[in-house]
Amino acid sequence: MDIFLQQVINGLVLGSVYALVALGYTMVYGILGLINFAHGDVVMVGAFTGLALLKALLAAGTGLPIALAGAALGAVLACGLLGVAIERIAYRPLRHAPRLAPLITAIGVSILIQYVAAILWSKQYLALPAAFTPATWQIGGASVTDLQVLIVLLAGVLMAALLWLIHGTKLGCAMRATEQNAEVAGLMGINTNRVIAATFLIGSALAALAGIMVLLYYGVAHYFMGFMLGLKAFTAAVLGGIGSVPGAMLGGLMLGLIESLASGYIGDFTGGVFGSNYRDVFAFIVLILVLVLRPAGLLGKAQGERA
Amino acid sequence: MPSDAQPVRSAVRTGSAPYSIRAGHSSQHSGLIAAAVLTFAVISGCSREEPKPAASAGPVEVVARIGLAAPLTGPQAHTGEDIRNGVQLAIDDINAAAVTIGGARLRLELLAEDDEANPTKATTVAQSLVDRKVAAVVGHFNSGASIPASRIYSEAGVPQISPASTNPKYTEQGFKTTFRVVANDNQQGPALARFALERMGAKAIAVIDDSTPYGEGLADTFAAAASAAGAKVLVREHTSDKDTDFKAVLTLIKGKRPDLIMFGGVDPQAGPMVKQMVELGIKARFAGGDAIRTTNFIKLAGDAAAEGVHASMPGLPKEQMPGGQQFFDKFQARFGKPVELFAPMGYDAVYVFVEAMKRANSTDPAKFLPEVANTHYNGVIGPIAFDEKGDLKDGPLTVYEVKAGEWQAVETITTATPAAVAPAADAGTTSSASAASSAPTVPAAPPAAPGTGAAPAAKPAASGPSAAPTTSTK
Repeated sequence: MDIFLQQVINGLVLGSVYALVALGYTMVYGILGLINFAHGDVVMVGAFTGLALLKALLAAGTGLPIALAGAALGAVLACGLLGVAIERIAYRPLRHAPRLAPLITAIGVSILIQYVAAILWSKQYLALPAAFTPATWQIGGASVTDLQVLIVLLAGVLMAALLWLIHGTKLGCAMRATEQNAEVAGLMGINTNRVIAATFLIGSALAALAGIMVLLYYGVAHYFMGFMLGLKAFTAAVLGGIGSVPGAMLGGLMLGLIESLASGYIGDFTGGVFGSNYRDVFAFIVLILVLVLRPAGLLGKAQGERA
Repeated sequence: MPSDAQPVRSAVRTGSAPYSIRAGHSSQHSGLIAAAVLTFAVISGCSREEPKPAASAGPVEVVARIGLAAPLTGPQAHTGEDIRNGVQLAIDDINAAAVTIGGARLRLELLAEDDEANPTKATTVAQSLVDRKVAAVVGHFNSGASIPASRIYSEAGVPQISPASTNPKYTEQGFKTTFRVVANDNQQGPALARFALERMGAKAIAVIDDSTPYGEGLADTFAAAASAAGAKVLVREHTSDKDTDFKAVLTLIKGKRPDLIMFGGVDPQAGPMVKQMVELGIKARFAGGDAIRTTNFIKLAGDAAAEGVHASMPGLPKEQMPGGQQFFDKFQARFGKPVELFAPMGYDAVYVFVEAMKRANSTDPAKFLPEVANTHYNGVIGPIAFDEKGDLKDGPLTVYEVKAGEWQAVETITTATPAAVAPAADAGTTSSASAASSAPTVPAAPPAAPGTGAAPAAKPAASGPSAAPTTSTK
């Protein structure tokens, strides 16, 4: 039982990170109908800038909480700007091009960001400064660290804030209008370019925070770390119903839990034939089943193809 | 054999990515493939840019090109750089020493290539070295790179000495050109297992690998030897060499309550793994192979979590290498940084080639290759001689432990070359035999005759590495 509880905790933490990243995919898809493949790499940039700032601040003698807050703020700013720049440079000129063109530029931007990061921060696995030793609590036989609690809580707060922003503010209203029909929204006096830029800004800021979480949780940063994370988060967004914000949250948490429980129990259930390295296979089987039964995803609205 | 399946498996994996996209958008994707092909064409074009005329035997000077292939970029770049520096140092020393071959003065040239620790890139690099008519190759670092590349060197008749690849499969392909100057995993895995059981008191063990030829090979031989010697292997798990999240696997392992976790893999995974172990409150000890015996591992794991971790590594500890101190001082003076790991092996490998050239009185690989097999050379790392497969005879191994944030040698084990190689298969049947064989602590002179040591107990010798005599020097 304690092992099961531990796996659920592992899954929740992993799922919270997936959910935060998945939001970026789903928001952009909802508004532009574009899969922003560079989003995972924005997470990576968040982790690296966070790490650089953290090292600099700690070296300057700042206390750990302030250094962390400073690093997070700096990463959010850097990634927010990066996200807006990606949209402005790589996607906006192609907004009326065939749908495949922005997809290819998205892949191009992803590779570009990876290798610029490799040049800036080297291709090594960079370690977190030694100052971090999370406090551990025992709950029902399972170990929980303060960092894990922080990740889940912060992810929850951010998601709640995002829902409020979308449903309770003027910007959110404009975002929803742009999502429904960008042209008509433009006719109604909404500056759709600005709304789209804001969407990238918000999505990338969330990605930056996810990057910091991954950095703190695993203690390493690597220029390729965004690729797999991005793929998983994209899967989570599809699982929950791409375009749906609550769907991305649900999909992220589900994917995290499935992966964690699958790696914990596949070995026992199959008598050791398959090990935990098959967890991704298992996660994708669930995805396929969901898509066969509910093609729009768990919370996605079935809708006709838009122009 | 898991080790030989791996390069193929990874090749299939990289190949499958384009296909999965292709299923969705067939027409556009052909464009992408064309672009990729074009890119490869450009890249390979670049690497072949300097086809200088091959070794022109001048009147008084004979030039021999020594190829070096190792990861010079990527997460393992620091180890590749280390080997290259070792090789460079050897080449400088030899060029300064005025060695004469066939009446002409020998001048060595270094051709260093980056294989990115990637099996596919390794074959490209190997072909490029062969095309540029290298006389001999020092490389590669990773078993996953050395194994596919060795076929290319073999077909070209170019002798290859790997300074670091430990997967048994590397020398089991029947190539006459394939050598290594480190103990292989059939020696390393069991030696580490024996140490874990006897010195760390491990009885219930969880074994994880990173699904690479190196990691899986080491973990398999370790698990086989451990269970043959009476320990229980509770869990046999696999992760990947890209992962950093091991919480789920470790939680699974926590539930089985092992007293030792053994990991076959490299430091970028081992570091976070040990850290997560501590966070999950797992009290088991942690041990691994040579690829985690790096300062990077301690950095990634953090001092507290790394403390008490054990790792085996082929070769003697620096202080005990015969040519040790002198070499390390010279290395430090030349490159301004200490030896990381395998520089001495790279250094010795060049000397093995040159000694063979001297004996054959030729820099033609076809002529001096048989002499490489006949090597009896006293190098920095100790006496070097090869068995009929090209493995280092009686390669020593050292077990290290992290103490106060640094790797410190705990025990040196001399391994005799195992007579037969059969890791996982006969694990169950030989438990009694090998238990008996570990009892006599053979004080024997290791280089003299491994054959006589094994003679009274022919059966356990056939069961492989567990029959190796153990000599503790510290």
